[in-house]
Amino acid sequence: MNYHTPSTFEDAARLAGAAGGVTRFLAGGTDVLVQMRAGMVLPDDLIDLKKIPGVHDIVQGADGGWRIGIAVPGAALGAHAALVADWPGVVEGMELVGSTQVQGRATLAGNLCNGSPAADSVPGLVAAGATVEITGPDGTRSAPVEEIPAGPGKTTLAPGELISAILLPPRGKAGGDAYLRFIPRTEMDIAVAGCAVNLRLEGDTIAEARVALGAVAPRIALAPDCAAAIIGTTLDEAALAALDAAARAACSPIDDKRGTVAFRTEVAGVLARRAAAIAYSRAKGE
Amino acid sequence: MAKDELGETLHLVGTRPLRPDGLDKVTGRARYGADVSMPGMLWGAVVRSPHAHARIVKIDASKAEALPGVKAVVTRADFPEGLTGENWNLQENTMAGERALYDGHAVAAVAATSALRAQEAARLIEVEYEVLPHVIDVDDAIRPDAPVIREGAADATVPEGSPPNVARYIEFGHGDTEAGFAAADLVRERSYKTEATHQGYIEPHACLGQLGADGKGEMWVCTQGQWYIRQMCSSVLGLEAAQLRVTPSEIGGGFGGKTTIFMEPLSLALSRKAGGRPVKIVMTRSEVLRATGPTASASMDVKIGMTKDGMITAAHAEFRMQGGAFPGAPVDMALYCAFAPYKLPAAQHIGYDVLANRPKCAAYRAPGSPMGAFAVESLIDEMCRELGLDALEVRLKNAVKEGDRASYGPTFGSIGLVETLEAAKSHPNLAAPLGPNQGRGIASGFWFNHSGETSVSLAISEDGTVQVSVGTPDIGGSRASIALMTAETVGIPYEDVRVNVVETGALGVNEPTHGSRATFASGKAAVVAARQAIAEMCRRAAAEWGIDPEAVEWANGAAQPAGPNAGKFPPMGIEEIAAKMGSTGGPISGHHESVPEGAGASFGCHVVDVEVDPETGRTTVLRYLVVQDAGRAIHPSYVEGQFQGGAAQGIGWALNEAYIYGEDGRLQNAVFLDYRVPVASDLPMIDTQIVEVPNPGHPFGVRGVGETGITPPLPAIANAIEAAAGVRMRSLPMSPPKVLAAIRAAREG
Ligand SMILES: Cc1cc2nc3c(=O)[nH]c(=O)nc-3n(C[C@H](O)[C@H](O)[C@H](O)COP(=O)(O)OP(=O)(O)OC[C@H]3O[C@@H](n4cnc5c(N)ncnc54)[C@H](O)[C@@H]3O)c2cc1C
Repeated sequence: MNYHTPSTFEDAARLAGAAGGVTRFLAGGTDVLVQMRAGMVLPDDLIDLKKIPGVHDIVQGADGGWRIGIAVPGAALGAHAALVADWPGVVEGMELVGSTQVQGRATLAGNLCNGSPAADSVPGLVAAGATVEITGPDGTRSAPVEEIPAGPGKTTLAPGELISAILLPPRGKAGGDAYLRFIPRTEMDIAVAGCAVNLRLEGDTIAEARVALGAVAPRIALAPDCAAAIIGTTLDEAALAALDAAARAACSPIDDKRGTVAFRTEVAGVLARRAAAIAYSRAKGE
Repeated sequence: MAKDELGETLHLVGTRPLRPDGLDKVTGRARYGADVSMPGMLWGAVVRSPHAHARIVKIDASKAEALPGVKAVVTRADFPEGLTGENWNLQENTMAGERALYDGHAVAAVAATSALRAQEAARLIEVEYEVLPHVIDVDDAIRPDAPVIREGAADATVPEGSPPNVARYIEFGHGDTEAGFAAADLVRERSYKTEATHQGYIEPHACLGQLGADGKGEMWVCTQGQWYIRQMCSSVLGLEAAQLRVTPSEIGGGFGGKTTIFMEPLSLALSRKAGGRPVKIVMTRSEVLRATGPTASASMDVKIGMTKDGMITAAHAEFRMQGGAFPGAPVDMALYCAFAPYKLPAAQHIGYDVLANRPKCAAYRAPGSPMGAFAVESLIDEMCRELGLDALEVRLKNAVKEGDRASYGPTFGSIGLVETLEAAKSHPNLAAPLGPNQGRGIASGFWFNHSGETSVSLAISEDGTVQVSVGTPDIGGSRASIALMTAETVGIPYEDVRVNVVETGALGVNEPTHGSRATFASGKAAVVAARQAIAEMCRRAAAEWGIDPEAVEWANGAAQPAGPNAGKFPPMGIEEIAAKMGSTGGPISGHHESVPEGAGASFGCHVVDVEVDPETGRTTVLRYLVVQDAGRAIHPSYVEGQFQGGAAQGIGWALNEAYIYGEDGRLQNAVFLDYRVPVASDLPMIDTQIVEVPNPGHPFGVRGVGETGITPPLPAIANAIEAAAGVRMRSLPMSPPKVLAAIRAAREG
């Protein structure tokens, strides 16, 4: 196995593009190293991204948007008061990952690129309208987060491509977001269902909304019908019931050791209602 | 012995000094099973069956053997033939013979110069299988047309014409149950199921074994019982027991699961084949979950008759349990314990020990008792609800007392069930207010407690400090407790006693630390040994003073004349006697070996408050109380720790732990991510109350406390869930999908 520590994203992309065998990038390593120890993945090239300047930084742009380095661990997101104030739902998704020890290492980019349909930080990013900056052998491009997952363990990134930053839009006024997941325990578990809601109010009425569901389909995805169910409402009982139904309709989960189809579907509706209520009260500044 | 009779004179028993293993454990200095290494050591790896049931057609190790650094490969062909009974079972479980009997069953093992090389070699060993039909669930396994696990497995107890996988049958009872049911106002019969669970100890099995061509061997191993390891390895490999010396390591949990062998004989067999080089084997978590432990799973029918005012008139139980591909499911224990807290005019018990394609079950904390309690304590709660009776009062009304005949036969001596129930009744947790979707559950539990073969030596050091050698590994604080009892007896400070857990060469045969016996049995033997040493020290003083040894008595760590007539000498302290023992007759020690009589039973009562989320079926444990009779708590913190640990494991068993098998019979959750033991944040601080009804069979009144605590949680939580959510869960685990489905079914009528 070859271990690389490139100092630019361009070098990292060149290394990855030229590598012939099994390649992995190393951010926090909380997926990669665990998979290596279990014998699930034995990479020929391991490309450590943590030596690239800027990857540990969280920077707010002039427009109020955020640029998050790809090696920023969950614990650093949680400790960043201004980011938490803007995007509490994104941060709480990432903070659910693992335990204190895992939080010291695990990253948003790693969570996204590991490709798990149950990744906890991804629904929040999707609902927030986050984009990723992608560096590849042919240059740089950007894409919405929801275009990255491609089914369990897979991404749409081309060979040699990697994520060089995560970008969150400006929060703006009267907005709020939230993420909830269901696990049978209180921590150290994988989401059986998850839901993130991001919305913006005009007065008491929801003017804009984005809803994303996790762990109930092969890919974490936007659920436009869920958003439609609450836009133009004050999140009254009827809107919540419509949201619940839309969330259940958007599910196409699997039956496995972690949950049944019926359970995942029913709980997705419950989580959508509860997450929407939290996002709404955050938007109202409560 | 009345409690206060002893209490007034005790200085150390009942106090909470620092644990002797504390500094080692928090600094990482404690040596666990995997921490022992030797010059020239090899690493072992095990090839395991991926099939639940398969004929082993061919094993080809040529590619592995060609790999540089590979020193030995063993298969069943390297083990002696002709074993019978449990020795054959152990050998067959250690290494499959003609057939692999469960997913994870060992079929070959390899030793190489590094762990990675050994794993690589194991992957290169080619095993050809012919897959056979398998059966996992106990109710499927007992069907007449089930795949046959082993022809001729039934022993003499099994009635003619029984289904092929029934290996043992048990039946006992007393009284006229028909008359009892006829006299009842309410008779209910229900069926209950519990899942197999793993002991879940943090430390995986690990050993380092060395065996020469001359049949002399050594083993360093993480175990609850070094003599069991010695005897079992010797039987399986055809060795002479005295030629194998077994040293136990510090132990990171056992709960019964480390009272038997798994890969230990493989390290010895590999070592012998590799010219006597020591071989270390450390299991991964997935090996632990696939191939060690677990407990049995159970399917149970219980029938109880009760009068309107809550008197139980008769009881009937039929239990079916599978303990894997070998006989040994604790169906007998489950039946003995099931009705133990109740005085019954009539009871009948029937049990089936059934084979299935799962790992061989091992002991797990009060083996069988939690399953029986789940069925019986649930049904009693259901009947109390139906009759509008208070569940605690009904338990008090029917409680067994000293002199009552136990449901399993013998007559109870001094027991503390009533005291335990009364203590629970007056505990503040019983008055705590409950909110919406919250409910309270109560259940009792019982374990006999065991004594067993015990050998202990004690020796006075040159400076008057005392060393005690015991054969029972310390899994729950026994070193601290034995040091306290020894120091109390000798009249010296706790810090002046060191208790060592020693290897098989140092003492006579000891049973493992199992059956909640270490503090009872090794503690009792240590007190007898201490008294012998005291008698000898009195003789030395008498000789020096030139008086009769009978005229000398021992008090506060010193010999002194027994009275004014004995002569006038200042007390001679233990330091003084020890300093000159070389010239007054040589070393001073004490030794005791026996199967101590009088292990007293321990009853417990648990009270739990839960909240059930009606929309997700998730149960949160809000408040948990353990009340249990400890006889006398030698070191109360350790006793409380045992109470809390039992409750924590029981909560896991009740709510989320389960073996999940696919259609193919493979275990799907062989990692702690999906084998869901509770994490710390899942549990409230578990409240404890120690009841002390002294056991007359122990010099300080000790009853074992390690096991009873896992017995009441399963039904207590089921009872609380019904109180909170209005649904009765009769099968474990009571996981969110199952509870939500029950809530939905109840809602939809
Ligand atoms: C004990 C434990 C508990 C966990 N609990 C949770 C949980 O509750 N919820 C949850 O969602 N996850 C959980 N995880 C999984 C894991 O921690 C997360 O997925 C984490 O966010 C991964 O981030 P990382 O930086 O450690 O990724 P790494 O392991 O470094 O990388 C993961 C994958 O992403 C790729 N990658 C990394 N960076 C980039 C990049 N910049 N561009 C392209 N590809 C990249 C790597 O090649 C690799 O395939 C847990 C893991 C552990 C060990």
